[in-house]
Amino acid sequence: MSQTFYLLRNREVPQIGHMDVYREHGGYDALKKSLAEFEPEQLVDLVKRSGLRGRGGAGFPTGVKWGFLPKDGRPRYLVVNSDEAEPGTFKDRELIENNPHQLIEGMIISSYAIGAGQAYVYCRGEFLKGSEELARAVKEAYAAGFLGENILGSGFSLDIFVYRGAGAYICGEESALLESLEGRRGNPRLKPPFPAVAGLYGMPTIVNNVETITNVPAIVTHGAEWYTSMGTEKSPGLKIMSVSGKVNRPGNYEIPLATPLRTLIEEYAGGMQEGRSIKCVIPGGSSVPLLMPDKLDTPLDYESVLQAGSMLGSGGCIVLDDTVCIVRAAARLVKFYREESCGKCTPCREGTYWMTDVLDRIEAGAGNEADLDMLLDIADNMNGKCFCPLGDASLGFMVSAIKHFRDEFEAHVREHRCPLGAKVYDTVNY
Amino acid sequence: MKPEWKEWAQEAKAEFPKANSALLPLLHRIQRAEGWLAPETLSDVAELLNLPVQYVESVASFYSLYFKQPVGKKVVHVCVGLSCMLAGSDELMHRLEEKLGVSQGQTTPDGAYTLLEAECLAACDLAPVAQVNLRYKGPVPPEKADELLKEEVSS
Ligand SMILES: Cc1cc2nc3c(=O)[nH]c(=O)nc-3n(C[C@H](O)[C@H](O)[C@H](O)COP(=O)(O)O)c2cc1C
Ligand code: SF4
Ligand code: FES
Repeated sequence: MSQTFYLLRNREVPQIGHMDVYREHGGYDALKKSLAEFEPEQLVDLVKRSGLRGRGGAGFPTGVKWGFLPKDGRPRYLVVNSDEAEPGTFKDRELIENNPHQLIEGMIISSYAIGAGQAYVYCRGEFLKGSEELARAVKEAYAAGFLGENILGSGFSLDIFVYRGAGAYICGEESALLESLEGRRGNPRLKPPFPAVAGLYGMPTIVNNVETITNVPAIVTHGAEWYTSMGTEKSPGLKIMSVSGKVNRPGNYEIPLATPLRTLIEEYAGGMQEGRSIKCVIPGGSSVPLLMPDKLDTPLDYESVLQAGSMLGSGGCIVLDDTVCIVRAAARLVKFYREESCGKCTPCREGTYWMTDVLDRIEAGAGNEADLDMLLDIADNMNGKCFCPLGDASLGFMVSAIKHFRDEFEAHVREHRCPLGAKVYDTVNY
Repeated sequence: MKPEWKEWAQEAKAEFPKANSALLPLLHRIQRAEGWLAPETLSDVAELLNLPVQYVESVASFYSLYFKQPVGKKVVHVCVGLSCMLAGSDELMHRLEEKLGVSQGQTTPDGAYTLLEAECLAACDLAPVAQVNLRYKGPVPPEKADELLKEEVSS
């Protein structure tokens, strides 16, 4: 069952990334409708009423964010965040590689709504294909008169620029992204001021995730009521979940919010592979705490996942099976944050380094009794004390892993080896 | 300095005229042609964009995809993120190291390959996944290490 609800509905259509095919499937009709039937403020209101929340991780209401722009006549920018580098998340890659016009249409409508005359897509450096597809589609959109001066005779003008980063997870954090877009190192900025007040080139800027903006044409076409008819009151609409791990069908699945985690794993992703059972699940990308199997009936909406002890985050759902060593998994994730720490503040730069060292030594059988408490102590010294959210993000999985699998950590120390034999890959023992 | 770099710098500045936004695109373009960014290249870029050399060096050193050392014809990034680890990425890396006779982070003496670790490449559905010159290849189970090395890649 490869069920697709909306944003992914055309994923099997050959050449959907090309203008003529996209238009045969109703492409750019939402743009025409927006320009002909809506004043910009009415579009902001529509998005507010739809309850659309940011899909980049924090789930902030999009229409509310748009409303923060100061009305002071300064130029405004829309910046689309396509830095997608949160481990376990791969939805934006599909959206831009496969159907770039859908995002571009969303960008034009959103720019019209917020009054931006220039819009940028910031792709992570590894998205070479994605950025090429976007650049090609942007050209097609200019040729068709959907970009440039006086779009479709509406008086509204817009230019879109495709920009590629060069390998740095921190550039997904919106203020670091803006630094990078201005040609600097990707160190986060002090907030406030938030980008809506002082963003790109110091001007009011809206930063939104690819998936967020891709929802906008759908909402224009079908209306706010259609969107709120799915999901819950506080978490309406659709979300793309990226499922990976030892499931039968890893991939992107678009679900109405509040679909149970169990349905996502067992029905959409085809259940666990033969002979595997679920040890725990990371529901929303590597930065969130794990959920134990007793939480599989949690509805996947922002509030319910929070209540269950984790976060919906970016929707990167990594399923860990019973053969996975929890220490090894934690070591791997914390190492990611060590590699990607921008180095600006001490707790994150040093803390991620230490934690990786300690986790590696526990996994190698060289840990000691005090190591577990040392890990928790380092985490405590980082929590809430880092300059940007990356430092805290490095703690979620590890701390929850120690909480739920303390036995397994202790067994490593006691037996001076990995009790699971680090049997991660079936064919080889090494 | 190559004669075409001047033109490229003009084009980058025309597309991204504000702040130093032309810098990353220009570095990408030159690296694509040259393979890597030599110290002299960075000073040429500084001159072309009218920036201090130290500034250009500092920016280039922040981003992992700008190579400050020569690399092989094929740059192989093996994702070692968690989802890929679950699918055998460590074993894949291990086999590639054996076949190429180098450790990750190194270039083969004949200059054919550079082998590098990558963090999650946002393609966990293709785990274990690799990129050869930034083109996705996957899934690449460890048994297919050979095929990965043989694959043709567009630049
Ligand atoms: C370390 C870090 C990495 C992030 N990476 C991304 C990312 O890759 N993509 C993204 O859309 N948002 C990312 N975010 C969130 C952005 O800062 C920002 O909140 C988001 O792009 C806003 O868009 P939204 O409201 O549409 O979700 C990241 C945040 C942090 C702290
Ligand atoms: S928390 Fe980490 S990534 Fe964020 S500013 Fe500090 S060092 Fe940089
Ligand atoms: S972990 Fe390898 S692509 Fe995500």
